Amino acid sequence: MRYFITHRTTCNYDSSVTVCHYIARLMPRSLPSQVCPWHEITIHPKPSERAVREDYFGNAVLYFELEGAHQKMEVVSSSLVEIEATKAPVPESTPPWESVRDACRGYKLTPASAAGEFTFASRLIPTGQVYADYAAPSFTPGRPILSCIIDLNHRVNRDFVFDPKATDAATPVEKVFAQRRGVCQDFAQVMLACIRSMSLPARYVSGYLETVPPPGKARLVGADASHAWVSVWCGDQFGWIDADPTNNSLPSTRHITVAWGRDFSDVSPLRGVTLGAGVQRLTVAVDVTPDLDG
Amino acid sequence: MQVQSTAVPLPALPYRPTSAYDEMCLPDGSLRPHWQTFGRALGQMGTTDLDARRDTVQRLLRDHGVTYNVYGDATGFTRPWSLDLLPLIIGAADFKKVSEGLVQRARLFNLMLADIYGPQRLLKEGWIPPAVLHANPSFIRAVQGVVPPGDNFLLLTGCDLVRLPGGSWSVLADRTQSPSGKGYSLENRIIMTNVFPDEFKASKVQRLASFYDMERETLRSLAPSRRGTPSVVMMTPGPYNETYFEHAFKARYLGFPLVEGADLTVRDRRVHLKTLEGLRRVDVIARRVDEAFCDPLELNADTWLGVPGLVEAWRSGNVALGNGLGTGAVETPALFPFLPGICRHLMGEELKLPCAPTWWCGQQREMEMVLASPERWVLKPAFAVGARDPIFLAELDSQKRSEAIARVRAEPQAWVAQEVLTLSTTPTLVNGTLQPRSMVWRSFTLAAKDRYHVMPGGLSRVSAEAGRFVVTMQNGGISKDTWVIAEGQVDQKTLLSNQTLVIRPERPPSGVPSRVADHLFWLGRYAERLEQTGRVLRTIWNRLSGEGSEVQGQEMTGCARLLAAMKLVPPEVVQSPDNRPLLTHLRSLLHDPKCEGSVRELLGRLRYNAASARDRLSDDTWRLFNRIERDVQISRKGLAVSDALGMLDTLILDLAAFSGMQLENMTRGHGWRFLEIGRRLERSMIVLTLAGGAAKICEQDDSAVLGPLLEICDSSMTYRRLHFAKPRLLPVMDLLISNESNPRSVAYQIEALCEETLHLPVDPMSSFAGREKALANGLKETLRGLNLESFAAHERDAFKALPVFCERLFAATEMLSESFTEHYFSHAVRQPR
Repeated sequence: MRYFITHRTTCNYDSSVTVCHYIARLMPRSLPSQVCPWHEITIHPKPSERAVREDYFGNAVLYFELEGAHQKMEVVSSSLVEIEATKAPVPESTPPWESVRDACRGYKLTPASAAGEFTFASRLIPTGQVYADYAAPSFTPGRPILSCIIDLNHRVNRDFVFDPKATDAATPVEKVFAQRRGVCQDFAQVMLACIRSMSLPARYVSGYLETVPPPGKARLVGADASHAWVSVWCGDQFGWIDADPTNNSLPSTRHITVAWGRDFSDVSPLRGVTLGAGVQRLTVAVDVTPDLDG
Repeated sequence: MQVQSTAVPLPALPYRPTSAYDEMCLPDGSLRPHWQTFGRALGQMGTTDLDARRDTVQRLLRDHGVTYNVYGDATGFTRPWSLDLLPLIIGAADFKKVSEGLVQRARLFNLMLADIYGPQRLLKEGWIPPAVLHANPSFIRAVQGVVPPGDNFLLLTGCDLVRLPGGSWSVLADRTQSPSGKGYSLENRIIMTNVFPDEFKASKVQRLASFYDMERETLRSLAPSRRGTPSVVMMTPGPYNETYFEHAFKARYLGFPLVEGADLTVRDRRVHLKTLEGLRRVDVIARRVDEAFCDPLELNADTWLGVPGLVEAWRSGNVALGNGLGTGAVETPALFPFLPGICRHLMGEELKLPCAPTWWCGQQREMEMVLASPERWVLKPAFAVGARDPIFLAELDSQKRSEAIARVRAEPQAWVAQEVLTLSTTPTLVNGTLQPRSMVWRSFTLAAKDRYHVMPGGLSRVSAEAGRFVVTMQNGGISKDTWVIAEGQVDQKTLLSNQTLVIRPERPPSGVPSRVADHLFWLGRYAERLEQTGRVLRTIWNRLSGEGSEVQGQEMTGCARLLAAMKLVPPEVVQSPDNRPLLTHLRSLLHDPKCEGSVRELLGRLRYNAASARDRLSDDTWRLFNRIERDVQISRKGLAVSDALGMLDTLILDLAAFSGMQLENMTRGHGWRFLEIGRRLERSMIVLTLAGGAAKICEQDDSAVLGPLLEICDSSMTYRRLHFAKPRLLPVMDLLISNESNPRSVAYQIEALCEETLHLPVDPMSSFAGREKALANGLKETLRGLNLESFAAHERDAFKALPVFCERLFAATEMLSESFTEHYFSHAVRQPR
């Protein structure tokens, strides 16, 4: 599949802002099954400074500064992305979850112990007995890891209500877990808390969903905005496998990966500090269109 | 524990060490060789002499305002620092050996940091288990790939050393993030050389001055590019930080401006200091803000202590940080078991200074071994050191112990276990007697560029209770100066060779930070407001004493109305025939910190602004502020009139001393100018309030208010000399408003403001240039428009006209004040006054 993606962020300030600093993680990642042949970010007003680098997790980061009085800022990220369909492994063929867990505890840096980095609590993801207790029914002894994940993915999807009014970007996982409602970010973070509380590695993935469904297919929840799901380490042979608890699915060609990290704070699409600004109004519009010519 | 009975040969001061290694005494009770000079002197001193010296220490600490702020401490903002009279003395050979180990350790940490944030070979080859880094909150991922200027992450390391029973040293903890304590060491040393000048010289103690010189030079040498004199600043979280005292003290000693995050701004990925003259490039930041709080853009977003874009500026190589960011990653005892191997691998050497025997519970086998015999161990958090106290498992009951064990099992990588060490003891003065106390020595190592150098001294701490091995300043520990005995000649350079008693001259390359100017401006305003409030209160309390004549009663009412005009008491209190509510208010105005405008409340504001500009104020000024704080302490209950008057008299004299220091001792830079402007604005505004209020009161009865008004404005003498008569409205107003030769008059303040606005700093980029000068001249014009002569025939007209005039001039003055704020200070974001 080929997609043309526009992600437009508009920031309106109540009073004029003279200096602000931003970092943006808006460029889709290159993966074995995903390439991004073209990408562009335009910013108004024009930044006085722009610099691109790669962060710790391999995501592309754009740093920019705006200087000079302005009351409105607009960032438009446009990308062309091609995704190849991948076949998810047969769940029963994946190793038992306990062996995946134990292999991540190595004393040398290997792919498995590197994945082990994502077993620990992070700034926004706590770990603890309540999450382990919730996860336990999915993790029966000896069960193949991917079967566990599919089951947990299903249960989170079933037990939690998608409700954009219930949470905001700063709602802690504890609260989401107690009230059992939230949006994609909350579903993903609950899922992460559960998997990590089982000492298994799982990371937070931010990206987009196809906006318009192909004929005969249902429209996915969370389109028209940034989307979030998780990725779970399934051992050396299978590596990272994505799971989307909001849609109770294993992503394939309808999910476009932008960035990943331990939690939202590692991958926030646009993070900025404006000094002396009044109230900010932020609007985000995402458009993901299949490029049928391609 | 067996107690030895051999007494030490200190005739006047018996000392009985325990069976642990004692720093001063050999097992047979005699003095160790490096203690002999000091010990002999001590032996001849006797209790009275020691008491006197201890009092001197207390007085100096108080006068210097040495404090250690404890978060959440109900007793208040600051707590006095505690310094023991006896130093810890370290022999020359001992120090030499330890130094070699510390230098090696600092080098090792620099190499490790470069690898951890670079190729991570230590992880790939198995020298460091990945989880030691991955689970550590101080491993800062934003630092990955950064190559700091000169490949140098560290500037300074700290190391807590303890001595084991056999006499060898061992490392209890490292401090690599932003080690604190060096400023306190300096202060301790200055006090000790005051208290034991002869003993210090005779003991051949190594001086500290060269070490600080080297630190200053090293900071300068870190500057990324040569552009003339490098500009270095010291960045602090501000006066609420527990070690703010030391930040200010050290900044002043090293001669670098002390700045807060809000003073700095990143433009074009370069760091600049916001000064009165505009932005100035900064090359090097001596960082005293915790690394996680340094940049809300890339690090912890919930704080305003940092500078947005600082990480990017550092990453781009445009600014040097000492210490760099991410250095806290090696500040963990979880690394202890691996250091010997890493040292051999990276440096080809054996680790010279052993670590306290430590097991990291993140390793399965080690954890099982620890939990198999828990009573042997002290549990410590592996990361975020200092956040929690160590847990002595042997001291817990079985339930608490199982809870602790469950916590380890739930999060094994977050814990280390250490054997309970028997620390060495050193004599400490407790209630007039010498007692052995467990001791930890924090040493400091300069670890930058080609300079690796150990401070010949440091900050030693002893436990507050006998037999306790937890030694921290938060838990009421006691600090000690550390004397390292010189081998051969002592370097004669002294710490205070060029100590200045007054504010340091503003250094041209750095300028005055806008925030500091802001605080000085408000310092001037509050000092003046406090003085005027003191004068008004004194005038009214004066009327409360004495014989209670009719005139006195009337004048008291007049004063009360003036207080109401200043909005210090509500108007209904004045009208009430019962004077008890008034008295209640007058009492609150003296001692209630919650009563707005009270002496206590204003003093709090004065103190806050002074603390925030501390590196600009002289030691004498600090002594004075500390004294004022003590002088206004009066008991709330049964407050006698004489007590109130005595306190107010002292307060007014103290404040006169402050303005005298400002007048006589401060360099006339922009810092001084804003202090002066604040004072002049405030005085002008208060006199206008009082004069306008008095004119209104005179409409009813002029006999009762003019006398007190002249007294408040310190102009009674002048009036009497000029007029030899009962005060009348117009001549009083002439003296207080129009007379340019009266330093209390409005005209005098405006003249001074006009003069100062001529010398204001000019930022060529600003559109405000010259506005304050125009506003000040406008005030002068308005004042000239006042023709008091014209009222001579119809005095009653003045009762109506003068309050209106005063209000108008007041509003214009306020506008000038706001113009300063907008023009010079507003880019400093937070203003909690």
